[in-house]
Amino acid sequence: MTAPHPETWLEVRPKGLYCKPGQFYVDPAWPVERAVVTHGHADHARPNNRAVLATPETLAIMRARYRETAGGALEPLAYGEKREVNGVTVSFAPAGHVLGSAQAVLEYKGSRVVISGDYKRREDPTCAPFEPVPCDVFVTEATFGLPVFRHPPSEGEVAKLLDSRRLFPERTHVVGVYALGKAQRVIALLRRAGYDRPIWIHGALQQLCDLYRDQGVELGELRAATAANKAEMAGKIVLAPPSAIADRWARRLADPVTAMASGWMRVRQRAKQRGVELPLIISDHADWDELTQTLEDVGAPEVWVTHGSEEALVHYAGQRGFRARALALIGRGEEEQEAGAPAPDAAAAGELFAR
Amino acid sequence: MSMPGFAHLLDRLLYTPQRNGKLRLLADHFRAAPDPARGWALAALTGTLDLKTAKPALVRELTAQRVDPVLFGWSYDYVGDLAETVALIWPERPGANRAPDLGEVVEGLNAATRREVPELLERWLDALDATGRWGLLKLITGGLRVGVSARLAKTALAEFGGRDVAEIEELWHGLAPPYESLFAWLEGRGPVPALDAAAAFRPLMLANPLEDQEVAQLQVLDYCAEWKWDGIRVQLVGRDGQRRLFSRTGDDIGGAFPDVVAAMAHEAVLDGELLVVRDGQVAPFNDLQQRLGRKTVTAKMLADYPAHVRVYDLLFEGTEDLRELPFVERRRRLEAWMARTKPDRMDLSELLDFETLDELKALRESARENAIEGLMLKRADSPYLAGRPKGPWYKWKRDALLLDCVLMYAQRGHGKRSSFYSDFTFGAWRRADDGSNELVPVGKAYFGFTDQELKLLDKWVRDHTVERYGPVRAVEAGLVLEIAFDAVHPSTRHKSGLAMRFPRVHRIRWDKPAHEADRVETLERLVERPVEAAAR
Ligand SMILES: [Zn+2]
Ligand SMILES: [Zn+2]
Repeated sequence: MTAPHPETWLEVRPKGLYCKPGQFYVDPAWPVERAVVTHGHADHARPNNRAVLATPETLAIMRARYRETAGGALEPLAYGEKREVNGVTVSFAPAGHVLGSAQAVLEYKGSRVVISGDYKRREDPTCAPFEPVPCDVFVTEATFGLPVFRHPPSEGEVAKLLDSRRLFPERTHVVGVYALGKAQRVIALLRRAGYDRPIWIHGALQQLCDLYRDQGVELGELRAATAANKAEMAGKIVLAPPSAIADRWARRLADPVTAMASGWMRVRQRAKQRGVELPLIISDHADWDELTQTLEDVGAPEVWVTHGSEEALVHYAGQRGFRARALALIGRGEEEQEAGAPAPDAAAAGELFAR
Repeated sequence: MSMPGFAHLLDRLLYTPQRNGKLRLLADHFRAAPDPARGWALAALTGTLDLKTAKPALVRELTAQRVDPVLFGWSYDYVGDLAETVALIWPERPGANRAPDLGEVVEGLNAATRREVPELLERWLDALDATGRWGLLKLITGGLRVGVSARLAKTALAEFGGRDVAEIEELWHGLAPPYESLFAWLEGRGPVPALDAAAAFRPLMLANPLEDQEVAQLQVLDYCAEWKWDGIRVQLVGRDGQRRLFSRTGDDIGGAFPDVVAAMAHEAVLDGELLVVRDGQVAPFNDLQQRLGRKTVTAKMLADYPAHVRVYDLLFEGTEDLRELPFVERRRRLEAWMARTKPDRMDLSELLDFETLDELKALRESARENAIEGLMLKRADSPYLAGRPKGPWYKWKRDALLLDCVLMYAQRGHGKRSSFYSDFTFGAWRRADDGSNELVPVGKAYFGFTDQELKLLDKWVRDHTVERYGPVRAVEAGLVLEIAFDAVHPSTRHKSGLAMRFPRVHRIRWDKPAHEADRVETLERLVERPVEAAAR
């Protein structure tokens, strides 16, 4: 018996990618009966699903963020374990994106699909590294799916921050970071670079930093920036959501140097438009080289491309001999919007709060 | 310093809005980078680097050999800048070559033939990282555009060496890249660099503004007064047959003013105001602007915008340095010199007659014409001192023009002000095609007043936003700003057809309803008209 082509048992529905025999969605955009969730970012993990299958870390993140609306039955499934769901075998492989992030591996009658969620290939002290899983169809993101996106080594970016602090010791260095993943990674990178002073964090980051620590990620001494006064903040490094930096909140800081840690900082015009003074190209998403390398590593004959610059990656994959097509998933890549976040326009907001 | 080091400096300068921040980055670079690379960097930043440039087409061609054209097209659309797109998309060959240093790039390019340039460029692009490639491409395609003027770079150099910037200006035009003797002197390792005396620029003496509270105490009889003309200050140097026309900052602007240079058949150093004068009439500053910043000018430009120098001072007569003499003595020598040499395209700045402070005030009030900015007051006994010494010279500008405008857009400031809306675009009313009243933008200014007012204004903007575009907010037509400006002239670049000179927010008119703000026609009536110079 030949294995059924994944097109026959997976389809895009308005609420997201649906597994027909398994009767579940992967990362649905709206509440559903049964969801398999790859990771805790708000464009992948939504509240109020009846049943959720995810890694224990992702479930902890969902509980922390959504509290009682995290979902009905929250079923943990650790990396490498298997679970039968209506005849479909589900397992998780690390995606290297944020703590608990996973690729969903679905097997049905001898046919295997890997839905990678969001991922990156470079080393990250705060989460398990990406593992390539051979499969028939590989579903990949394409957030940075243009060859102009090549993230430099993050050590060099952190060195830029520390060098700026040396040069402007009387100013606060405030770094715009996404609350889940980026914040903790930047802290861990600073620690690794030998920065052992307290790092000050905006209130919106506290909960997730605590959660990372509970999960065994070392972050060193963190202090609440809420309690600080201007004079005290001279020479300090502060992490905050981008929205807070553009807002009145930032007035407590001493003549701040505004930094932003994001893969989008690669393009000068974009960084400049955002009023960023110190762009740090640190991303939790695969850059162009990582995306294309991953296609080779996974070796799936067929590739489905989701959010980002799908057409460029599809074009490239086609040239490399893969069958490739774009999957239009609604609501993906649109970011977590904190209250009070300036949202100049959808595209720009997507960039800032993305990743 | 390596090319990447220079590129990283450019990168940070590009993103650093504050002057002080830029100064610190520059000084730090001069400290950290070795000779001669830092000297080449200084040359690149001050525009003294003579470099063989490459055409953008060549850069595109090289890239096309390496990158899929479809992907390149999409990427270029996305990034929008050719040098940056190429810098980012260039496929790296790790370990291909050693990254070149800046001196190697400069010397390599200048030694290469046209045919060798592509290969050289390709090799460097392979060896550099993305920022290094970007810096290289900016450098060789011309135009760094990182918001650093030559003056700012020299100021940073002065801070780095603990010297006065005037000392550096005095030396500057006698030196050439890579400035090793200059750095040696600044670091205390060498003597003052030998100045090539021929036709060097001498730093100018500048005036301080006369503050309102200083007017009453002014000992008027100690001062001479002249009109303050709205052109640009220049220095005309004739020495050993060389002729050079310098701007206030010591840049040689002779290329844009061959008519003036041709008239400089003298052995002397003069200080004056460069103006456009037609049939004895001083044209508005806008006319002069047509000729500024050009490397060459057409015959038509020369005919349409004839340049002229109104002479203020005589610094050298022949090789004799007059700068130690009192102003009145230099003036006597200047008058005699002008009478004797009768230079073309030059005339003497008039000394004004007055006996009392009231008469002086009356003179200032009478200066309503736009080509006159106000008065210059110079102490009769003042020697010619470089820089802006406090006391001997004052500029006393006539009162600014005022217009009540309506706030239209607000943008967040930079640095300290990055969380405040502090840059404002404002408009005036005009009759729209359909007969209704519409606001058209007439200018842009940032707010220079107290923190308290800034906060109130910021809050008003946040509470009355109707739309957002990135860091810019459009607001309701509900707040009147009193705008002060020096002049207004016609402009094709602005929707209103008018451009203000030096607009600033003078006062917030919380009390005034927006519909009572001024109209575009009112501004039109204030447009500069030429003045009869002979009548003064
Ligand atoms: Zn994510
Ligand atoms: Zn995502």
